[in-house]
Amino acid sequence: MSDILVSEQSKPGAAGSGRPSGRLLEVEDLRVEFRTRDGVAKVINGVTYHVDAGETLAVLGESGSGKSVTAQTIMGILDTPPGFVTGGQVRFHGKDMLTMSAEERRRIRGEGIAMIFQDALSALNPVFTVGFQIAEQFRIRRGLSRSDAKKRAIEMLDQVKIPNAKGRFSNYPHQFSGGMRQRAMIAMSLALDPEVLIADEPTTALDVTVQAQIMDLLAELQRERQMGMILITHDLGVVADVADRIAVMYAGRIVEEANVYDLYAKPAHPYTMGLIDSIPRMDERGQQLRTIKGLPPNLMNIPPGCPFNPRCPMAQPVCREKLPPLLQIGTDRASACHFAEDLVNRD
Amino acid sequence: MGRYLLRRLLQLVPVFIGTTFLIYWLVWSVPGDPFAGKCGDRRCPDSYINFMTEKYQLDQSIWVQYATYMKNLFQGDFGITFNNREVADIIATAYPNTLKLAVVALAIEAVIGLTAGVLTGLRRNGFLDNLVLISTLFLIALPVFVVGFILQWLLGVKWGIVHPTVSSEMRLTELLLPGFVLGSASMAYVARVARTSIAENRRADYVRTAIAKGLPMRRVVGVHLLRNSLIPVVTLLGTDLGALMGGAIVTEGIFGINGIGRAVLRAIVTKESATVVSIVVVLVLVYLLMNLLVDLLYAALDPRIRYE
Repeated sequence: MSDILVSEQSKPGAAGSGRPSGRLLEVEDLRVEFRTRDGVAKVINGVTYHVDAGETLAVLGESGSGKSVTAQTIMGILDTPPGFVTGGQVRFHGKDMLTMSAEERRRIRGEGIAMIFQDALSALNPVFTVGFQIAEQFRIRRGLSRSDAKKRAIEMLDQVKIPNAKGRFSNYPHQFSGGMRQRAMIAMSLALDPEVLIADEPTTALDVTVQAQIMDLLAELQRERQMGMILITHDLGVVADVADRIAVMYAGRIVEEANVYDLYAKPAHPYTMGLIDSIPRMDERGQQLRTIKGLPPNLMNIPPGCPFNPRCPMAQPVCREKLPPLLQIGTDRASACHFAEDLVNRD
Repeated sequence: MGRYLLRRLLQLVPVFIGTTFLIYWLVWSVPGDPFAGKCGDRRCPDSYINFMTEKYQLDQSIWVQYATYMKNLFQGDFGITFNNREVADIIATAYPNTLKLAVVALAIEAVIGLTAGVLTGLRRNGFLDNLVLISTLFLIALPVFVVGFILQWLLGVKWGIVHPTVSSEMRLTELLLPGFVLGSASMAYVARVARTSIAENRRADYVRTAIAKGLPMRRVVGVHLLRNSLIPVVTLLGTDLGALMGGAIVTEGIFGINGIGRAVLRAIVTKESATVVSIVVVLVLVYLLMNLLVDLLYAALDPRIRYE
């Protein structure tokens, strides 16, 4: 287990620029805002996390918490406008990708960092066969001949356990079932053997039974290839089995980061507690599901102090005034709550 | 696919019969004496009128006339004019000229319209975008004869860049200006449809995926984006070839091209009903076949379309 990078939510680019840390991929104090006609939404407000080879970091949070936007910024596929990076760094092998040339960045995509998306049906091009879309990478990026690329693409389809890979090569995305389509998407993202795989809610669009299969497949491929994986999800149930560490996001910030065991056993942030409490439990059948009251803050007008304070059951006057920084507690976890120590030390 | 094609071809039959009958009925029911002025200043002799009436079955009902016409048509006989000229001859000389003009117009329309549409769709609200939007609005708003006469006068007469009319050899260079004029309005529509289509698809998930795969921008746009955005444009272009041929009357008149448009106009004025009907029937046929072709092309471009 790795240690936690402590962030004081510092000014953009102030900390650690160019300092080689040996990390595979690290995001430091990233800030992104969306400039719309209605105003500026501060979507990412100083996110810091990292992932190393062979480990899985789960990024957890509800819709609008900024988990996907962080991933898009890492990939360089943020829609600009409206999205603008206003600060921070995204370092791959210690090199800041945000200051790279477009061409340098392009080369990292697919080979260094690859991504799979939530809805494979819309993420795959409807007018090309699945095989074409996988083989394309071998042809364009590796300069393979058509027939060699096809061979490699079929191998990839085989690796993600698509039955009759050879026959499926020339099928179109709409001819695949939801689960098979996501497998094809995974095959495509792994074609160039990336070091980091970002999976953005890879199972959200799938049936529950298929979800487990896809997660197992992802976990297996991650282990085999010793990839660093960033698993973005809003489903606590999904992460427990596969993640090594979990980073919980709220209103564009990391509010808690810990290894899976600690996080479930003793959450160090009231938001995490709320999330864990809202998991439906078999022994509470017939009772009303627990929820976190209130709504996430309006990102155009984030309340002063701790952004979670209007919904927090333990909010104190200090929470409305002072923004709690993400601070290390104990050995390998961090929390952005004024009362993190109390939470961890409670019985 | 084969069954679909057969069904579509069968569907063409009632449409073909319906449209051609309508045309036949309209043309032959025009009031007035078809033989007025055929014999100089004098009234035609009865023997001539009787002969012609029998020859064209003018004493029969419109149904019988139409049935006979259709029967002859399927044997390749387009009928003969009052002056004993084969209508097939008129069509054979005029049609290639119109076809040439229409193809040139279609090519200009596709190349310029598509280029303008793709460029502006990728970069909206820029200078080029506004230029294209305004100029296409101009082309759509102006009737073709205005565009035709202005360009003919400017380029042909005032600046002398091109010959103002087209010679009987129908050289390609001569056809560029008439082609542009003929295709101008459609070109504007193609540009606008392509622009909207590109702009819509540009933010599509699959485009984002293509970028995330690390493909060069050239390929993302040229292959992934373009292929999807082309679908509505191809439909527009396909149906347009039929329209271009029928709509060439004005353009052919302006540039003195001996095509279908002029032939049909002359036939209408001189009440050569047999010629009018046959030319329009051929136009209808071209139109129907182009529509069928577009439908088939549509499936080739978009594999999600299944023919049951």
